[in-house]
Amino acid sequence: MNVDVLNRSGVPPATASKVGIADCDVHPRPAGAGIGGLSKSLYPYLSKRWQEHVESFGVIYRQPWEKGSAYVKGQPQACRRDAWPPGDMPGSDLGFMQKQHLDPNNVVLGILNPLTSGQGAQNPELSAAMTHATNEWQVAEWTSRDSRLRASVVIPYEDAVASVKEIELRAGDPNFAQVLLLSRTAEPLGQRRYWPIYEAAAAAGLPIGVHAFGYGGWPITGSGWGSFYLEEMVGHAQAQQALLISMIFEGVFERLPTLKVVLIEAGLAWGAALAWRMDRQWAKLRQETPHLKMLPSEYLRRNVWFTTQPIEEPEPREHLAEAIDWLGWDRVLFATDYPHWDYDDPLHALPIRMTEAQRRAVFLENAKAVYGVE
Amino acid sequence: MQEAAPIDCDVHPAVPSLSALMPHLDEVWRDTVVRRGLDELNTISYPSRSPLTARADWRDDSGKAATTPQALATQALAPFGTRLAICNCLYGAQSLFSEDLGAAFARAINDWIVHEWLDHDDRLRASIIVPMQNPELAVDEIERVAPDRRFVQVLLLADAELPLGKRHWWPIYAAAERHGLPVGIHAGSTYRHPVTPVGWPSYYTEDYINQAPAIQTQLTSLVAEGVFTRHPNLTVVLMESGVSWLPAYLWRLTKFWKGLRSEIPWVADPPGSIVRDRVRLTLQPFDGPPDAAAVMRLMEHIGSDEVLLFSTDYPHWQFDGLDAIPAGLDPGLARKIMVENPLRTYPRLQPTTRPCPGERREETVA
Repeated sequence: MNVDVLNRSGVPPATASKVGIADCDVHPRPAGAGIGGLSKSLYPYLSKRWQEHVESFGVIYRQPWEKGSAYVKGQPQACRRDAWPPGDMPGSDLGFMQKQHLDPNNVVLGILNPLTSGQGAQNPELSAAMTHATNEWQVAEWTSRDSRLRASVVIPYEDAVASVKEIELRAGDPNFAQVLLLSRTAEPLGQRRYWPIYEAAAAAGLPIGVHAFGYGGWPITGSGWGSFYLEEMVGHAQAQQALLISMIFEGVFERLPTLKVVLIEAGLAWGAALAWRMDRQWAKLRQETPHLKMLPSEYLRRNVWFTTQPIEEPEPREHLAEAIDWLGWDRVLFATDYPHWDYDDPLHALPIRMTEAQRRAVFLENAKAVYGVE
Repeated sequence: MQEAAPIDCDVHPAVPSLSALMPHLDEVWRDTVVRRGLDELNTISYPSRSPLTARADWRDDSGKAATTPQALATQALAPFGTRLAICNCLYGAQSLFSEDLGAAFARAINDWIVHEWLDHDDRLRASIIVPMQNPELAVDEIERVAPDRRFVQVLLLADAELPLGKRHWWPIYAAAERHGLPVGIHAGSTYRHPVTPVGWPSYYTEDYINQAPAIQTQLTSLVAEGVFTRHPNLTVVLMESGVSWLPAYLWRLTKFWKGLRSEIPWVADPPGSIVRDRVRLTLQPFDGPPDAAAVMRLMEHIGSDEVLLFSTDYPHWQFDGLDAIPAGLDPGLARKIMVENPLRTYPRLQPTTRPCPGERREETVA
């Protein structure tokens, strides 16, 4: 965050840059200006038909604005003020990102999560075309130029048929480490319309990453639209709880025991409390979901991972270590969210006492295991 | 009365059938019920036959529970030695789409509670049901019944048409504050929106579990909009929506308040301290760690021994036998939760201000 974080615990920083780390949430974006959120630098990967469509109509989402997202951000593009390469958008310049983030922080594995890829666009065919183009662009301009980086297969997730086609196209391609969805979907992610996506991802051995934000059209609360960006940001935790409840109770992990789901940028300290609540209520209501063969918490601890940023900062900090004890240290993947404003610096995030094994797990080993990267 | 006799902050008298409310409806609404064939107003928040809606050993021969003050006294008060219990009637007045019909049923429920419950057992208190369809009508109802001091709280549901912090609702908070009534926000929805931010779920189990995230988003709204700043004497009680989510939720809220407080400059104090001062949570359904030894660790994370209020959530099935107090809770804390915290939360429960049962009722309640 762009604020001073006090380290009252007196615990030394959790990592030194000498140690290689995995950053499981890095945001690249196409360089240059464009229309309706689509940069013209993506045009080489987009057919003439869709270039012309965007030139005439832009990209329309289930929210009010022709450009930008629903709530007014805290700062331009919700980015660090020092993360703007000369003359262009944050995250658009690999060289700048290497110099500012990847090299000094010794990132040995960076998972790319593009957020302006047409996911959730109202026009399903445009969404399919833009996500396909974004995948081509990630390989051509990022992973092929920096071997530390892995791309996410962005898919038009509201259209399972088109999504499966895109996943199958990328299966076996080592440039891609996961399939990426946004969290704010048209229906809860456990529902049947999304199952073909999970089947294709599991068949391809790719985890499903679910990143905060999206354009499902529903308010961020069950009680209508809040007034503030702060409510949206805090609310991503509740939205991800809802989608996780859905995936567990619909039996997604019973059908696909090897499916991995990574919940990105929505917090992790709530994980244990939700697990307790699910188990206690399922004990009374399990007649409704006889397809579940294990406790809800057992699916959570077998199939689900959480990225750290924005890491919760209790006082005292030790409470966070206990919350992770309750969740499981093997569930936690370090992430910075570079270049966004609420970036967690690996030198200062997680100022809690960890064993050496816990430190290595959180900062590198868990990510290597989840993403199958050596 | 035993000094340790608990105060139960959440019990649910059941409207046995719509016909029980008929004597409390004006003629035009009685006519509406008959001519238009209005059916029962039980909502999908608590399907009648669901195991959670009523514990099996508390159901009567007809399958219903908590339909008489005698049943409540025998099953919920006597076994725990309860001195006082707050009745929160969950019957779908708030979900009707007509503002006037909603107001008529809110009035009928409040009058029915007085005549069929409060007048029959002087240990009972109640929350005021208000038509959430329209704050002006809600304030009218608060003004109408608040003089009866057996009404100790204003009841809202966790999900409405608009987030509960918005200015739209402030007249209700002003009225509650004026009368020394906390505002209770109870699990349940008016179903104007899906219960989740990602659409309608498939299963009742999801709806119920999502009441905790739903109430979290309402707490964010109340804090962010400045309700606690504007109403310095208002207390909010979050009911039947769990407690173990509170620490992690406050850590996240406080972190974003640090980063985005320029957006809400009227929130001058860290949200964690606002919530610990002004917000209370009822105990059941307790959703703490299964390991009793870890329960006090959770309590330390909650960071205050004043925020939890004893509740059985009768007749909802949240525990078996008499296990309303979670194993592992320190006895001193349990006592605070059962007696002191409810007394401090609800001014109208304090013995010094407690009038004789029924006092002023005739002149204030039609």
